[in-house]
Amino acid sequence: MSFPWAEQYEPKHPLMKWIDSRLPLPRLVFNAVGAGYPVPRNINIWYNFGVLAGVALMIQIITGVVLAMHYSAHVSTAFNSIEHIMRDVNSGWLIRYLHMNGASFFFIVVYVHIFRGLYYGSYKAPREVVWMLGVVILLLMMATAFMGYVLPWGQMSFWGAQVITSLFSAIPLVGEPIRQWLVGGFAPDNATITRFFSLHYILPFVILGVVILKIWALHIPGSTNPTGVDVKGPQDTLPFHPYFTAKDFVGLCVYLLAFAAVVFFLPNSLGHPDNYIPANPLSTPAHIVPEWYLLPFYAILRAFTVDLFFIQAKLWGVIAMFSSILLLLFLPWLDSSKVRSNAYRPLYRIFFWILVVDVLILGYIGAMPAEEPYVRIGQIATMYYFAHFLIILPVVSAIEKPLPLPNSIAEAVLAKAKPVLAPASAPAGAVQPAE
Amino acid sequence: MASLPETAEGGDVRRRDFIYIATTAFGAVGAGVVAVPFINQMNPSADVRAMATTEVDISAIEEGMAVKTIWQSKPVFVKRLTAAEIAEANRVDVASLRDPQTLADRTKPGKPQWLVTLGVCTHLGCVPLGAGQGESKGDYNGYFCPCHGSHYDTAGRIRKGPAPYNLEVPPYEFTSDTVIEIG
Amino acid sequence: MVRLVGMAVGLLFVFVLSWAALAPREAAEPDPIKLLHKHPREVSFPHSGPFGTFDRAQLQRGFAVYKQVCSACHGLYHIHFRNLEQIGFSEAEVKAIAAEYEVPTIDPNTGEATTRPAIPSDKWPRPFPNETAARAANNNAYPPDLSLIIKARKDGEAYVYSLLTGYGEEPPAGFEVPEGLNYNPYFHSVNIAMVQPLMDDQIEYADGTRATVDQMAKDVTAFLRWAAEPELERRRRAGIATLAFLAILTVLAWLTYRRVWAGVQH
Repeated sequence: MSFPWAEQYEPKHPLMKWIDSRLPLPRLVFNAVGAGYPVPRNINIWYNFGVLAGVALMIQIITGVVLAMHYSAHVSTAFNSIEHIMRDVNSGWLIRYLHMNGASFFFIVVYVHIFRGLYYGSYKAPREVVWMLGVVILLLMMATAFMGYVLPWGQMSFWGAQVITSLFSAIPLVGEPIRQWLVGGFAPDNATITRFFSLHYILPFVILGVVILKIWALHIPGSTNPTGVDVKGPQDTLPFHPYFTAKDFVGLCVYLLAFAAVVFFLPNSLGHPDNYIPANPLSTPAHIVPEWYLLPFYAILRAFTVDLFFIQAKLWGVIAMFSSILLLLFLPWLDSSKVRSNAYRPLYRIFFWILVVDVLILGYIGAMPAEEPYVRIGQIATMYYFAHFLIILPVVSAIEKPLPLPNSIAEAVLAKAKPVLAPASAPAGAVQPAE
Repeated sequence: MASLPETAEGGDVRRRDFIYIATTAFGAVGAGVVAVPFINQMNPSADVRAMATTEVDISAIEEGMAVKTIWQSKPVFVKRLTAAEIAEANRVDVASLRDPQTLADRTKPGKPQWLVTLGVCTHLGCVPLGAGQGESKGDYNGYFCPCHGSHYDTAGRIRKGPAPYNLEVPPYEFTSDTVIEIG
Repeated sequence: MVRLVGMAVGLLFVFVLSWAALAPREAAEPDPIKLLHKHPREVSFPHSGPFGTFDRAQLQRGFAVYKQVCSACHGLYHIHFRNLEQIGFSEAEVKAIAAEYEVPTIDPNTGEATTRPAIPSDKWPRPFPNETAARAANNNAYPPDLSLIIKARKDGEAYVYSLLTGYGEEPPAGFEVPEGLNYNPYFHSVNIAMVQPLMDDQIEYADGTRATVDQMAKDVTAFLRWAAEPELERRRRAGIATLAFLAILTVLAWLTYRRVWAGVQH
């Protein structure tokens, strides 16, 4: 770790010394999330969401392993085995509702985490790899969530599988063979459900592996902070434990309160009623929508309605949908501004909040039927999404004149401590809902 | 460590300790309670528990014959003993047995001809032979477990071989003269 | 370099999308079905709201409606007879109810398919052996299974209640109801194959409640809510305990946080 002033692990108990000299696991924990990891002292509540994402992943893995003990991956029994879990397995309803809503909460937390990263420039040097690993995790999460949604083999499961795998048939020449290879047949069937179950079980552990890499990469430069100024010395940081363990624990409690409220009182509010109807390959639901967390991407997919430059509208949509995520990989190089935090970027900050609203609009459009005026609104919102990252961001970062930065984190903190001289920017910019 | 001025609150040590301990203890209790459903889910589910009783119609069983049935996913032998088999069982000196029980201990009062036992060898859980026609009945004319050579007599009592106990008699009732309910 | 390529790609997407956005639209015809379709009517039950619990008497009345009216065509596939103990029937009553039904089995002597009286651990028997048989018997309409219907429809209870009480309205002049279908503005296509299932005093309730259409619709809706979410009461009790526990833990966590950070500027 690259903080010379970080506390060193010194085992006192003979047993701990014995272990440390043979398997330095306590040392690893101490340096990763203990007193040996210095964290900028001014990070705010939005920096809590990384830890929450880790907790959400663990909840999914534990409840998922339990569900797999009772689930049966076969077209003729999958739906009934879910009802068996809901009705007969001891506390099965609780575990399934935790898993089902846990996925939604995982995405809520990760989306907040991503926008926090965008606002405070967490993707910039020297944290590009941390950011890119995050994008990889997002892609893996989407694949895992999609395949998990197929497993109950309800109407939305089946037709979701049909629609998503059909995306690949848009690829010229090899598209249809790829689609058949993915589903293992001419339409989603038993081969699909068994392979999706296998992958749905293993991918979370792949995610866990990437998470470990990401935390490793993060610990080289350490966290960013609301000022975006580099940590310069011990006066800028506090040890992770006890300061941030205590702080994150409060956030975790609040998160669990919200999670429990939904799991126990509104367990089906984030799902779709049609998925309580067993899959029927002969009848498509009137209105197919993906789970809410994929809606913005679904809106982008549907925004392309005309064939142009010898490319079919369908293929445009598929290309755009994948591009909308993959472009995040290039974000560290699309943004050339030397200033990380949006608290000191008055111009780009405006566009940041437009982007937030834009993505919310895309989510809304994704849930609406393909009718006017929704189609046109979706097209304009999609236009802004791409323009934001590919045109506005590079241009703004070149022409913008950032506000003066504080010399150090400690200086910013001390300035804030004086009641009147609070800079209007630092944490306030993050808390207020819109500019 | 941090070098900004930090006001020490030495006088508050006891209260501070109390809050730390209360929070940790409370959190630990919560984690313990959460573990309960995750452990309990592996216990038999409601549909399995609902199958805990089995009704058997015994009217068609002739003397000297047995039927195999399933109770709680385990094989059960319902055997109608002949008079000779009953006599043979009663001749044995109970004190000499490894697991001393009389035939009367193992049947319902007034119905010594109905021997109901689990078809699970008390050694390591194999299904003994002897219930089906033409199967080996072992050295004692009852049941014989081929896995490790345990011999049971006409009352299903262990006589020879490694098994420690007699074949288990499950809880059962005669709901009528021709129907028994196991479980 | 990344920025140049990015801008080119960005301009390309913007161009394609502008083209699509500016393309003329055909004016959409308003769908006459949509104009006739009505939102379900609000309905409230003893188990409504976050702390509500089922009224066992109502569930039993609803079960009577299901058994005497709905079960001729609609299954209750995910319900076992033993589940009826949860709505207040005794073990003996459940056995008696189960014995009224025949379920398929294999004759132990001949190995041929036959039937036997149901026992409490059996699932509710299906009214038709499969979907084809159900459609053949119902003018090509498929009566859906009811054990999950409340969860499987938007606005669950309100929808089922409104549908059951939504018969009898005259379709607007000029609107032709197809042969063999019935007008019901709460159904998605406003033409439903099911004929009006409930009539006043159609059944006699054991507890003496008068069996009006509204009463029966309410009762059977409550029963179906239970059938879809038998864990509802346990879930809410567990939820209250969990939220109370977490609330206290949050306060303790906050106090701990304040203690740890006391005097630290951040």
